[in-house]
Amino acid sequence: MKLKFTRRTFIKRAIYALLSLEVVYIFYSLLGKKKDGDVVDGWFDAGNINFFENNKVYPFGSAHFYLSRLEDGGMLAISIHCTHLGCAVQFNQNKDRFVCPCHASAFNKHGEVLSPPATRALDIFPISIRDNKVLVNINNPIRRDKYEASQLTYV
Amino acid sequence: MNTAGHSKAITKLLLHLHPNKVDEQSIKFTRTFGLGGVAALLFVILFITGMLLRFAYVPSVKEAYDSIIELQNNVVFGQLLRNLHYWSGMGLVLVSFLHVIRVFYSQSIYYERRKNWIYGLLMMFLVLFSNFTGYLLPWDQLAFWAVTIMTNMLSYIPFIGDALADMVRGGDEVTEITLLRFYHFHTGLLPLLMVFLMSIHFWLVRKSKGVTVQTSEKREMVPTHPNLLYKEIVVALIVIVALFLFSMLVNAPLQDKANPLISPNPSKAPWYFMGFQELLLHIHPGFGIFVIPLLVTAFLVYIPYMKYTDLKVGVWFNSDKGKKLTLITFVFAVLLTLVVIVTSEYFLDLRDWMPQVPVLISTGLLLLLLYMVPAAAYLYYIKSKFDAAKIDIVMAMFTILITAYIVMTIVGSLLRGEGMHLFA
Repeated sequence: MKLKFTRRTFIKRAIYALLSLEVVYIFYSLLGKKKDGDVVDGWFDAGNINFFENNKVYPFGSAHFYLSRLEDGGMLAISIHCTHLGCAVQFNQNKDRFVCPCHASAFNKHGEVLSPPATRALDIFPISIRDNKVLVNINNPIRRDKYEASQLTYV
Repeated sequence: MNTAGHSKAITKLLLHLHPNKVDEQSIKFTRTFGLGGVAALLFVILFITGMLLRFAYVPSVKEAYDSIIELQNNVVFGQLLRNLHYWSGMGLVLVSFLHVIRVFYSQSIYYERRKNWIYGLLMMFLVLFSNFTGYLLPWDQLAFWAVTIMTNMLSYIPFIGDALADMVRGGDEVTEITLLRFYHFHTGLLPLLMVFLMSIHFWLVRKSKGVTVQTSEKREMVPTHPNLLYKEIVVALIVIVALFLFSMLVNAPLQDKANPLISPNPSKAPWYFMGFQELLLHIHPGFGIFVIPLLVTAFLVYIPYMKYTDLKVGVWFNSDKGKKLTLITFVFAVLLTLVVIVTSEYFLDLRDWMPQVPVLISTGLLLLLLYMVPAAAYLYYIKSKFDAAKIDIVMAMFTILITAYIVMTIVGSLLRGEGMHLFA
């Protein structure tokens, strides 16, 4: 049997492979995240807890979340970004649900999927309550597959 | 010293792109429809208008949109310049796509042209990528949300998806970093790569002795100048005049300045990706973005490397039977695609019917089978009924894929309105 793969071709290809890897690596690190590591814990002050009535949804557009207060007073800070392809969902008062304008996904007040194409519940942000103020950690969205009671924050 | 051999260097260089003599068959308009040449011409127009636009455009979130407004309102012929660039870009997508279809159906991708088919597919990809990166630059609502949707699509690729999407955007949202990145792709790296690939593409055509012709027919060579050259000039002039007229009459779209808080309803991807967006309305994103595109790409690359017994290079649709089959397949694929779209839109709710089955199977695999089983049955039918050869089957598969994409593009961009509902 004749060897197609000679020492010369092996060395050649090894050099090409190494060079390509080098280029890919340089390109990758050029494009890679620059600000990794210095994400600050930004707490957004949403206001006094007494302001939020039960069973209502309050938009905080500039901070990219909705504050949803449920029937029993539990609170969720729900991201406006649809889990399907990242469009901004809007809360439809009449139908009592979040609706995505891009592909018609719908979510209930817990952020659970009511109709596809979205497959995952809306992301939430951690909430903490200090001196009757509702603080939302808007830099750390939490991915979740579905709603669980443990995600709620109570006073 | 200016010897005869060195005068008119540019003209002569351009003439040397062609051989001295060409086959008479190959310069018939209906052999190529001039598509490759028109694509190259559009590239040149895009290059020139793009270079000029660079002087007006500022790639930053603060100033991008205003610089476009400034260009349109206060620069002489500014609007026309932008229109020309915009419509040439859209034209290039369309013409490249038609060129791919032309070379496929005229059996021009086999044997020594295999490699050129691959380079062609690569350039098709670069054309789409160029157009898409350019789409973001005006930084209006249309641009912002189309790019948000498209980059989020990437994140559905298994394992590397999220990292890849973050890398393309330079973060987890579309920001100024994304804008700057797209700007440099669009005005630097991609055009450079295209010039390089175009050179290879042309050279490989020359190496294969020009445009594909039917080998069975008698070959008669005629001088390139004037036979081919005059035709090229006429086609080029017609394209240029048409482009100018169109650009004078129809303005490139520009919506309100991008607002990351409000998605317009409906938000749509660029029209050439609407087929994808339509697919995504029906099927699990893991399939719509990863499995199906991967299979289709593999199929397209592999076509010229399969072994065929009855291949007639240069013959449209390989034979009269092939032509008839392609027509039937086209009608079949239009109907099948429409039926599946309507069924999945109004009658299917696989996710709720099978809550215990993973969505990847219920809204992914099952839906794919819903399309593939009738398609496979159809292929089996034409094989037994019309005694279709392997090349006919491959052509039928290609026809189904292309037709399905075209139908989905039309449904997605024209028939869907508010909330992405059909006929809304």
